[in-house]
This record gives sequence, C-alpha cells and structure tokens, in this order.
Amino acid sequence: MNSPVENQPSSAPDKRRFPWLVAVISSLLLISLLVIMGLWMKQSKITALEIGAEVPDFTVTSFEGDTFQKSALEGKLILVNFWSSWCASCDEEGDALEEVWQEVKSSGDIVFIGVNYVDTEKDSLAFIEKYGLTYPNGPDLGSKISHIFKVQAVPETYIIGRDGTLAAVKIGAFESTDEIRTLLEQTGQE
Amino acid sequence: MKTNIKLLLLIAAFLMTLVSIRPVMAQDTTPAVSDDQVNEVAQDLYCPVCENTPLDVCPTKACTQWRELIREKIALGWSEQQIKQYFAEQYGGQVLAVPPRRGLNWIVYVLPPLVVLGAVFLAVNIVKRSRKPVKSQTEDSSLPSSAAPGTVLDQIEKDLQKEE
Repeated sequence: MNSPVENQPSSAPDKRRFPWLVAVISSLLLISLLVIMGLWMKQSKITALEIGAEVPDFTVTSFEGDTFQKSALEGKLILVNFWSSWCASCDEEGDALEEVWQEVKSSGDIVFIGVNYVDTEKDSLAFIEKYGLTYPNGPDLGSKISHIFKVQAVPETYIIGRDGTLAAVKIGAFESTDEIRTLLEQTGQE
Repeated sequence: MKTNIKLLLLIAAFLMTLVSIRPVMAQDTTPAVSDDQVNEVAQDLYCPVCENTPLDVCPTKACTQWRELIREKIALGWSEQQIKQYFAEQYGGQVLAVPPRRGLNWIVYVLPPLVVLGAVFLAVNIVKRSRKPVKSQTEDSSLPSSAAPGTVLDQIEKDLQKEE
C-alpha cells in the first residue's frame, strides 16, 4: 500500500548528488590539465642549461650545406654563437669572432659554429658577406637549437667543453677579441 | 631620299615601342604585391622575438624582413598555407597564431569546448534541481488525495461490511 510513497524519498538524494559529483570530477580534470600545461610551459621556456650540464645533441647545417653534429665533434672545444642580421650588436661581435677564428682554426682543436637565429636567408647571407665570416654558419631550423640553449635574445654565445658539457655562457656581445680568447683559454684548460 | 627617312622613322618608332614594352613585360613576370596582401598573411603569424605581437603590426627590423619575405613568397605564387608552413618549419610552430593540431596543442582545441559543455550541463542540472522541489511537493500532496483516500475508503467499506 505505502510502497510508492516510501520509494520516492530513497531515490531522490541519489539524483541530487549526481551534478555535484560531475562538478567535482570536471573541476579536478580542469585543474589537472592546467597543472600539466603550466609544467609543460615552465619546462619549455624557463629552465636554462647550467654550466657543467650535458648539452643535448644537435645538428647545424651550414648555408653551404655542410653538416656539424655536436656528438661528432666531441673532444673539441665548440663555440656556438647565436646571431641575427637584424641584431645591432651582432655586427661588431662578428668582426671579433672572425679575427679569433683566424687565429685558432689551424689548431683543429676548436670549432666555431654560428647559428642564425630567427632570420631570413637573404639577409643572413648578406650579413656573412658584409663581415667576411668564414667559420660555418647555418640557420636554426624550427628554432630547435635555440630551444635547447633557451636563447632569450641575440647575441648569445655558448662554449661546449671537450666532454660535451656546457663550459661557459656569454649573454650579449663580446666587448673585445681578448674576451673571446680568455674565455676559450679558460674553458680549454678544463 | 624621302622613303629612306620614312623607313628610318619607322625603325625608330618600332625600337621606341620595344623599349617601352620591356618594363611592362618585366612587371608581368614579377607581379607587384600590395601591403594588404602581405598583411593578410602576416596577421596570422607572430614575431617570436617580441612576445605577443602579430607580424603585421610589429615594428622591429626582424618583422620588416619577414614581411618582405612574405611579399617575395606571394610574388612567387605561394599560397597562404604554404607560407605559414614555411614559417613554422623555419622558426618553429610558436610563430603561428593558430597552433598546429598535434601533441599538447590539442588541449587548446579540446579544453574550451569541454569547459563550455560542462558549464551548460551544470547549468541545466541546477535549473532542473531548482524546479524539482516544487514538483515533488505537488506530487507528494497529490498522492494522499488521489490514492490514499481511495484505499482508506475501501478499507473502511470492508470493515463496515465485516461488522454488518
């Protein structure tokens, strides 16, 4: 007799709880996705390579078509210079780097690699010709190499030691050829 | 003599016509690309050096060079999609205003509709819940009036019959 009336209150609370369960689950999902996104952005943008850290392998293909792979150059001191044709302070630095390159290239122990950062090929080639750069220079295709080093602006120079780890970092332009020589001497002795 | 002069004049006129035609032919092979055409592509690309600045309004030298590059590509007959793909390959996917649909980029496409759907679902449920108590009250009050009195009356009738 009373069954229809008695059943009603027992099923009602379940129905009422359902939207709150959905709300809690969807909120948790949203928060987790935002945390994942935040961590991903933090890792991809901020964390810079530290001195002594192993530099991941990368390859630069020069404008002439020659390939330079970091892992293949192990045992040598590698100077990686990020530059652009639109960067004002890259001009003077280009001259200084070329001067030091002429002094060290015959040793075969030191490698200079110019990485052209977010630039057009036409302007980059004009820059290379204008400053007479003879060390290998190539574009940073897909900004992959600058991403490894977390380049924020140009010029930036990184010296990779003979053991493949990061030996020195220079943010901004070198002020003189002596500054480059000193840095190479310091890192070469390590 | 007169015929010679006429002939010379004719040759001169022919040469002049040829000279005047040459620049027109040159223009035909490399069509002029307007700033509007360049900006139409540039507005969907971002300068990776200066953050959050579309290429069409970016004042830096780098952006000027890139706009010139877009102009050259359009003149070569490249489509908007081809130019954007070239920029993504050269400078990375971050230069695109609309990120490519792969990897974690999918979050950008999937999350907003999911949030909207969730919000709609919650809103509908909240509205339903706010209406339910009114409904259930009327149902509860109607039950005794329609069903219970009937059964009670039947019972009374049965009891009376027994007593009789």
